[in-house]
Amino acid sequence: MNRPDANHAVALAADTPIPRDADGPVFAEPWQAMVFALVVQLQERGIFTAEEWAQALGTEIREALAKGGCRDGSDYYERWCEALEHLLIEKGLASHDGIDSLAASWARAAEATPHGRPILIENDPQPPQSSS
Amino acid sequence: MSGDHHHDHDHDNHFTPIEARVKALESLMVAKGYVDPAALDVIVDIYETKIGPRNGARVVARAWTDPAFAARLKADGTAAVAELGFGGRGGEHTVACFNTPQEHNLIVCTLCSCYPWPLLGLPPVWYKSPPYRSKAVLDPRGTLADFGLTLPQGQRIRVWDSTAETRFLVIPMRPAGTEGWSEEKLASIVNRDAMIGTGLPRVQDADGETAS
Repeated sequence: MNRPDANHAVALAADTPIPRDADGPVFAEPWQAMVFALVVQLQERGIFTAEEWAQALGTEIREALAKGGCRDGSDYYERWCEALEHLLIEKGLASHDGIDSLAASWARAAEATPHGRPILIENDPQPPQSSS
Repeated sequence: MSGDHHHDHDHDNHFTPIEARVKALESLMVAKGYVDPAALDVIVDIYETKIGPRNGARVVARAWTDPAFAARLKADGTAAVAELGFGGRGGEHTVACFNTPQEHNLIVCTLCSCYPWPLLGLPPVWYKSPPYRSKAVLDPRGTLADFGLTLPQGQRIRVWDSTAETRFLVIPMRPAGTEGWSEEKLASIVNRDAMIGTGLPRVQDADGETAS
């Protein structure tokens, strides 16, 4: 079985070790696994390199520590989310406003979705004006 | 109709800010064709058991070996699992559904926010899929057959619909042939599916010391 190599996604520059056990990374919540999966696949597809990722994540972690962020690693995947966002913006693949608007749209869609139905972006009662 | 399905909640879907942000990044990358949603699922699936169903298995093994704990678990699941150091992010109640020869329990929900992560780890991809949820409610016996599980005709199936506030955990029946086993060895046969209700503990999965 071709198991995606977690090491691709492990930040070389990061001071904080990725939460893991003998078999691989461990996640506290599903969104953490999703951001992990996104980073692994974007690297595999060559959207950015392992070095670029390591640098982006290292920057976020250093900034968070400088601002007094958690040192126990509990906010580690929040740094992943920020690093991914900034790297995509840097590469011109996303914009800060675009991500903000889309995240707000998903949050409204979730609230508007009855329990037990899949949350779809189409459920957003106030869809953002599409911008080109 | 064998299901006993309660549905008294409508608006308990919610994304935390970070969940909405990750969802935004995911949908953006999917829309641009940079990632394949199926491949993302594969990666998540591989790691889904990493925080593992081990915590839940410990709860089940304790309930099998300690009748007083089992009684507390039945009366107040939240407090009983807290005794073992497990809990949610706050405000969530754990309800333990005990299987009996008369009744088998099955839990469903398409939403990953409605899954007992602290006990079972990340939800498997199939658990979140609309086909699983709709079929589990409409045809629980057929759903179990899809998982290769055939129950005695006389055993009723009760379907529990998870909510954001309440997490269900199925407590399977202790299999025959496990008399005298340690709690640790018992926990090793309690798999994730057995605690969702789509499977049963498998005596052949046992590890730890051999039965004496």
